[in-house]
Amino acid sequence: MNCVLGPDNILYDTLLFRVIYDFVGQLLPCGLAYVASGFAIMFLLANGVLLGAGGFSWAERRLIGRFHNRVGPNRWGPFGTLQPMADLFKLLFKEDLTPRGADRIVFMIVPVAMVAPVILMMAVVPFAKDTALANLNVGVLYVLAVTSITSIAIFMAGWSSNNLYAMFGASRGVAVLISYEVPVVMSLLGVVLVAGSMSMADVVSAQTVPFLLVQPLAFFVFFAGTSAELNRTPFDLAEAESEIIAGYHIEYSGVKFALIQAAEFGAVLTSSAVMVTLFLSGWSGPASSYLGWAWFLMKIGVLAFVFSWIRATFPRLRIDQLLAFAWKFLLPLSIINLFATALEVYFLRDGAGILEATDLWIMAGINFGVAIGCLLIFGTLIQDKVRPVRPVSGVTIAAPEVF
Amino acid sequence: MYGLAMAKGLLVTLKNFTKKPFTVQYPEQRVKQHPRFRGEEFVWYEERCTGCASCAKYCPLGIIKIVTTPSETAPAEGDKYRLELFDISINRCMFCGLCVEACPYDALFMGSGFEQGQYSRKNMVIDIDHLRQADKHPSTFFRPQLEDAGYDPRGGKPLHWQEVGRESWQWHQREKAGMRIDRPVPSDLLDEEPRVDSSFVEDRPTARPVPREDDA
Repeated sequence: MNCVLGPDNILYDTLLFRVIYDFVGQLLPCGLAYVASGFAIMFLLANGVLLGAGGFSWAERRLIGRFHNRVGPNRWGPFGTLQPMADLFKLLFKEDLTPRGADRIVFMIVPVAMVAPVILMMAVVPFAKDTALANLNVGVLYVLAVTSITSIAIFMAGWSSNNLYAMFGASRGVAVLISYEVPVVMSLLGVVLVAGSMSMADVVSAQTVPFLLVQPLAFFVFFAGTSAELNRTPFDLAEAESEIIAGYHIEYSGVKFALIQAAEFGAVLTSSAVMVTLFLSGWSGPASSYLGWAWFLMKIGVLAFVFSWIRATFPRLRIDQLLAFAWKFLLPLSIINLFATALEVYFLRDGAGILEATDLWIMAGINFGVAIGCLLIFGTLIQDKVRPVRPVSGVTIAAPEVF
Repeated sequence: MYGLAMAKGLLVTLKNFTKKPFTVQYPEQRVKQHPRFRGEEFVWYEERCTGCASCAKYCPLGIIKIVTTPSETAPAEGDKYRLELFDISINRCMFCGLCVEACPYDALFMGSGFEQGQYSRKNMVIDIDHLRQADKHPSTFFRPQLEDAGYDPRGGKPLHWQEVGRESWQWHQREKAGMRIDRPVPSDLLDEEPRVDSSFVEDRPTARPVPREDDA
């Protein structure tokens, strides 16, 4: 049986899929082979993300330890590399509790609903030449849509737990996610404008100059917004340990908690992967036709390091500071970036609508100036919004008159 | 501007990232202690002890238990009391060191250990056999003669009872034997012989604590 994938198939561009399909197609009928190779590639992706999440949990704890002048986990395995395994086994053997009065079905769905978007995000990310699972022509839109599922999962967790702390955490988390979705989408519009396509593979091939240089403001907004959407430390109001214990996952234990944690750590890696694809020119680099995956992993590592660095440094924001940061700082910046990019693209593109590398360099120069100017202006403007609350001075309450 | 302080914070953590971690990995590495550390294993020299029980009297918690019997040896032979019991129950000990300060004959010293975790309270009592057999690594707490010699209990050699006194050991022997001597300032006695008949002790050169080589 010789099964051949037609060029009109959505998976035709995926080299990895075609290789597996050709191999499996010799053993099975074509329809079955199509499904089986799809499952094989999904198995690879899901386990890669989960293993990466485990590895990243170890790496982040080590890194934050070093940032705090500590050592971090170093007991189990060489340099403590087996620590995620120990954590996993501990959580597997814990009792899996469901609180009385919980909405059992929703409570059970939540861990899956948290992990699923994290893995789904990787479906369109090309981690080497022609290796994305699906080369969607609306890849950027797909990523944005899939990441929004997390907010529903968080709210489901908060609602079904029958716990007020969980409800607080969930409402905070949803407020943060909805607010930060806007500037994130707006910042990606600039990237899409410059690349001229929403397909992730086209965005990568359009980056003769990395979009980090062409779109510095968009990268800043996307990075800040993403770290808010990931509920990481400067923006971790939804699960603030010192205020509302664990937020929306307070009632989760055992395997469910392990899955939620894996989703949180894996989300850092997958959003780093998206960021690498959109801003750091993805898998391209020297010898990228063979070593594309190495470049991709290295760039993910750099971004994950920056995420850990930020987490080790900044204290948590207040909810009003957080929303002010989204609506009064990031949103205007992303709108300015969108307008500037649109004007530059309109004037710099040639007749066929293609931007040359020199055009990209000109845009990089202009956008860097715009970015620095906007950051200075808005940084000064937002200063009053994020100050700690002080009692109003100079106002005295009149003593009640005594008759 | 708002973001400047955040950038400074990032630089601070990055600077810490390049430094060596502050943590001492305890079971593999240990913090180097001061020689004056008041540690757990008490060092006791039976040869120097007269059984006066000053340590037991001065102990604020009363956890030192001493039972003595008159010894059969003649006083001139150098023994007044034989010690039957010398129990220090360190489960209530707060390591104040008053027993060491009270000892008139430099027979009791603080140790330098801190790892006497036990599974039972009964094991927390240091009895006389334990004290006899323990390694003699006295702490220099309240013992300036050891400190001046640069002795370090951690890694130093075990000290003989003749090396640890604040005066020469022959003087100590006579004092212990109950011989009345007119008592000059002890520091004068360090180098010269006492003006009494010393026919019953064998003359040996006074051994002094030797400073450790790697201490310099």
